[in-house]
Amino acid sequence: MSYIKVEDVSRQFTKADGSVFQALDHVDLEIKQGEFICLLGPSGCGKSTLLNILAGFEGASAGTVTIDGQTVSKPSPKYVTIFQNYGLLPWRTVLKNVELGLEEQQLSADEREKIARHYLEIVGLQNFADSHPAELSGGMQQRVAIARALAVDPEIIFMDEPFAALDALTRMKLQDEVSAICREQKKTIIFVTHDIDEAVVLADRIVVMTPNPGQIKTILPVDLHGQRDRTSPDFWDIRERVFECFALKPEDKTEYYI
Amino acid sequence: MHKVKYIGGSLIILLAFWQIVTWLGGWNEALFPSPLGTVRGLGELLASGVLAADIRASLSRFALGYISAVVLAMALGLVLGWYKKIWNYLNPVAQVLRPVSPVAWLPFIVLFFGIGEMPALVIIFIAAFFPVLLATVAAVQGMEPVYLKVAKNFGIGQPQILGKIVFPAVFPRIATGLHLALGTAWVFLVAGEMAGAQSGLGFLIIDARNNLRADWLMAAILTIGVLGLVLDGIVSYLEGQIYRRWGLTRRT
Ligand SMILES: Nc1ncnc2c1ncn2[C@@H]1O[C@H](COP(=O)(O)OP(=O)(O)O)[C@@H](O)[C@H]1O
Ligand SMILES: [Mg+2]
Repeated sequence: MSYIKVEDVSRQFTKADGSVFQALDHVDLEIKQGEFICLLGPSGCGKSTLLNILAGFEGASAGTVTIDGQTVSKPSPKYVTIFQNYGLLPWRTVLKNVELGLEEQQLSADEREKIARHYLEIVGLQNFADSHPAELSGGMQQRVAIARALAVDPEIIFMDEPFAALDALTRMKLQDEVSAICREQKKTIIFVTHDIDEAVVLADRIVVMTPNPGQIKTILPVDLHGQRDRTSPDFWDIRERVFECFALKPEDKTEYYI
Repeated sequence: MHKVKYIGGSLIILLAFWQIVTWLGGWNEALFPSPLGTVRGLGELLASGVLAADIRASLSRFALGYISAVVLAMALGLVLGWYKKIWNYLNPVAQVLRPVSPVAWLPFIVLFFGIGEMPALVIIFIAAFFPVLLATVAAVQGMEPVYLKVAKNFGIGQPQILGKIVFPAVFPRIATGLHLALGTAWVFLVAGEMAGAQSGLGFLIIDARNNLRADWLMAAILTIGVLGLVLDGIVSYLEGQIYRRWGLTRRT
C-alpha cells in the first residue's frame, strides 16, 4: 500500500485581475515509504504548490492527500519542510535552532541538547553549535536546517529547492550528503528542484511536471543501483531521458494524459 | 579620529557664531547670554546641585514615561499586528491620533490628571506610544512568512508563537521605531515639564525665564541637547548590537 497518496488534486489561484489560474490540474501520485522523490519541472509548474499541499501548509481546491491513511489538513512535526532560504531563526544560536522542534516535546533541557548535538555532528557542524546563523555560509546554514529537521525524527522530509541558492560545488557536496544521510536514516523524501542533474543524482523516482496548467507529465524511475556517479554512463543515460521528456511537443502531452 | 575633528570643528563654528551674534546684537546679558556668561551660569547650576537634581528628575520621568509607552505599545502592536481584522478597525483611529502633537492634549491631560507630575509623564507617553505601536504593527504584518511556517511545522502553538517567534523576528524592525520614539519623546519632555512640574529641565527653563536668568536658560537648553544626544548614542549602540546578533546590516 502506498504511504503518501495524492488523489486528483487541483489548486486554483485567483489572480489580481480576477482571472483564475490553474496551478495544479488533476494531479495523482503515490509514494512508498522510504522513497526519495524529486519533483522536477520549470519555474511556475506548481512544484511548491504541490509540496505545500503535501506538507499541510495549504489546502487543495479539489482532491485529497493522505499520508499513512490520514488526510492531511495541517502541518505536523512528523513531516518537516526545509526551505530554500533555510528558515533558521537568526536570533538563536545554531544549537538552539536545532533544539527548536524538540522544545515542543516532553524532554528535559539536557536531553534536548544531547539530541541536537548528535544531529549537528551528523551534518558536521559540531564545532559551530554556539555560532549564529549569520556567521555561517549558505551551505552550512542549510546543514543546520537539515539537522533541525532530523532532530525531531520525522517520517518525511519535504525540501523546496533547498540548494538553489548555493554555488555549484557546495551544492554537489550537499546533494551527496543529503542522499547519504536520508537513506541511512530511512526517511521518505520529497525534494523539489528545477535542476535536472540534481534530480538524477538524488531521486529514486523523478516526477516530471509541466506548467500551464500544472500537471505531472511522467514519472521516471532512476535505477542507478545506488551508484550516484555524475560521470557514469548510466547517469548520462537517465539524464538524456529527462531531457527528452521536456522536449516533448505540446500536442503529445494531451494524448499522454487521455 | 575624524570624528573628533568634526565635533571640535562644529563646536568652534557654533561658539564663533554665537559670540558674533552676541556682539552684533548688543543685548543685555539678562536677555541673551554670551558663551562665557553661559559657562559661568552652568558652573553656578552645577555647584548648587540644581542642575544635577533637575537632570535626575527629568531622566527618571522620561524613563518611566518612555518605558511604559514602549512596553505597552509593543505588546499591543504585537497582538494587533497579528489579528489583522481588529487592526483594520483601529488603524484609522491611530492614523488620526498620530499626527496630533502631544502638547495639544495638555488642557485635557490637566483636566484628567491635574497639574504637577502627571502631565509630563503622559505627554512623554503619548509621544513615544504611537511611533512604537505603528512600527510594531507594520513589522508584524511584514514579517518573513517562513518563520511562521517553521513554527507551524514544529507545532508551536498560538500563545507561544508570539513570544518565541514573532517578537524576536520583528524586533530589529521595531528597534527603528524605538529609536525614533526616543527622540520624539525627549523633545516633548520639556513641554510636558512646563505644565506645573516642580523639577526637571523643563521646570528649570521656566524658572530661569521667570528670574530673567538667560544664562541658566541657555545652560538648560544645552544640557537638554547633550543629554538627547547621549540617549540617542546609547540607543544607536544597542540597535547596532541587535542588528549584529540578528545578522543584519544596518540600514543607513
Ligand atoms: N498564493 C498565490 N497566489 C496566486 N498565484 C500563485 C500563488 N502561489 C503560486 N501561484 C502561482 O502558481 C504557479 C505555480 O507556483 P509554484 O507552485 O510556486 O511554482 P514552482 O514552485 O514550480 O515554481 C505560479 O504561476 C505562481 O504564480
Ligand atoms: Mg517553487
